[in-house]
Amino acid sequence: MRKLKGINRKAAQIESHLDELRHSEQAGAQTPEGEEGAHDVVGLRTGSPPGDPHIPLGCTLIFSPGWETDASGGTAGLCQPVERDLFDCHLGCFWPAQVPDQLNHAPDWTSRCAAAEKDWRNVDLIFP
Amino acid sequence: MSTLELEAREFHPFDAAGSSFIYLVPSAAVFRLDETTEAILDHLSAGPRPVDELCRSLAGRFAEEEVRSGIYDLMETRAIGPRGAPPEAMPVEVPSEDFPLTTMVLNVTAKCNLSCTYCYEYGEDQIVDQTSMPRYMDEKTARESVDFMLDQAGDHEVVNLTFFGGETLLNFKLLQSTLEYANRRGAEEGKRVRFSLTTNGTLLKPEVIEWLADNDVGVTISMDGPKDVNDQFRVLNNGMGSYEMIVPKVKKLLERHTTRPIGARVTLTQQNLDVHRIYRHLTEEVGFWEVGFAPVTTSSCHSYALDEASYQSMLEQFRELAFDWLEHAVQGRHHGFSNVRESIEEIHKGFSKAYPCGAGLGLVGVATDGDVNLCHRFAGSKDHQLGTVRDGIDRSKQAKFLEEHHIAYKPDCHSCWARPLCSGGCYHEAQTRYGTTSAPNLHYCDWIRSWTHTCLEVYGALAERNPSYLQHFEA
Repeated sequence: MRKLKGINRKAAQIESHLDELRHSEQAGAQTPEGEEGAHDVVGLRTGSPPGDPHIPLGCTLIFSPGWETDASGGTAGLCQPVERDLFDCHLGCFWPAQVPDQLNHAPDWTSRCAAAEKDWRNVDLIFP
Repeated sequence: MSTLELEAREFHPFDAAGSSFIYLVPSAAVFRLDETTEAILDHLSAGPRPVDELCRSLAGRFAEEEVRSGIYDLMETRAIGPRGAPPEAMPVEVPSEDFPLTTMVLNVTAKCNLSCTYCYEYGEDQIVDQTSMPRYMDEKTARESVDFMLDQAGDHEVVNLTFFGGETLLNFKLLQSTLEYANRRGAEEGKRVRFSLTTNGTLLKPEVIEWLADNDVGVTISMDGPKDVNDQFRVLNNGMGSYEMIVPKVKKLLERHTTRPIGARVTLTQQNLDVHRIYRHLTEEVGFWEVGFAPVTTSSCHSYALDEASYQSMLEQFRELAFDWLEHAVQGRHHGFSNVRESIEEIHKGFSKAYPCGAGLGLVGVATDGDVNLCHRFAGSKDHQLGTVRDGIDRSKQAKFLEEHHIAYKPDCHSCWARPLCSGGCYHEAQTRYGTTSAPNLHYCDWIRSWTHTCLEVYGALAERNPSYLQHFEA
């Protein structure tokens, strides 16, 4: 952690936990380079380019239809960037992406997204 | 470019020794901010902002890379997060049935030789009619209590046995035999028993002092300060003050018994609120190693109950004494204000409490008849009984208590940043004020927040000025 300094024991635990995570991420990292926008949104698996914030967005790891958050109720632990796999993974993946319940809870969540590769930012972020 | 909107999550900011810090509420972690992260949080204090806008508005002061890096760190520690993300879920984990007992408070007598006006055991706020209880614990019950304690201690190698009363030393004979028995039984079970007691000091005869010192018994003396202060409430049955009787004995005890720190425990009232004078008297003139203060526990109708102005005055004096403690700690010296030391230790270890204290869980109180209660303050109360030393703890009763008193079921506390350290406050105080142990002590919320803020400031300053002192709290 470069901008925050942990002071108490709990902070030290958080720091070492995050260090471990970062290490294991970097072990298998293939950081995208050279592409326009590559530093904008990346999958968690690819790790963060040094110095760049990694803004996590994507589908959930919990196999529980209708839930769009990670195990702790936030979005930090989501695994894939929405722009790439959301629709595909939802329909055909061996581990299908969780998407909002389109019958009841969020019928309009993609209404502003006519073409996913261009308009993926308009897909609503939905919390239960 | 990113359209993600960020907002501040749950933390409490504070400044110390020229630096800015945050206390993260769900995790109880303390982090020092740098200028960038401080500026980011400052911008977000007005409401959610998109990442790009945040970067733009801070562009004049920091390189974009710095700002993004700051956002990254703050997001990782969850000081900030995406707008509208749900709050951290409050885990509801009720401790398992075999949670070990670490402390047993043994009420060896229900009788007292003082008649302190404000006493919660005998005064108008009493929960238990003390005359309905056996006056003294008998030998058999004490032994059964020790067996119960060792049985409940699980894998813990050290168990604490605290003698309490009434006036504890009125049953000195029982203390002697119980200590001997507990040492023997502890050795058989491969456990060490640490002893302590609380006394009003009136019965500290030379042979008692010898016994306390020889057996390494920790001692806390209940007394309120200089003669005029102490004798206002701490009086004998005939109304005479107890100061003259106590002080020479306490001085002898302090001289002889040097293996354990001996502390004074002071009750503050509307009439006795000169914290500085009391502290100086008890440490410098009497010679106590440490002094702990607590406001009197009472319903608000009594003349000795602290009013709002008095709570404020107590807070200001605590604050001054806390910074006095800091200056000592910076120089590596001891200071005996135990209230601040205890809070600093909890902050350093990152306590995040599901319960305000260990009552009914790692700590129980045993009444003179062998009933097991939440803590010594409820000894003898059938409404707060968990079992008996003979039959053990009623696990279903205990589980129900732990479920009902979990911080997750105190919605009033859920928006409070001080909840990891307070967790609703003392059960006995709640019982006295609100008639139920499960109520959070809303009458002192502001006080607790202000005091916790002070302790965070002291902690942050100590971490900046003499971080090596924090080693004291690592054990």
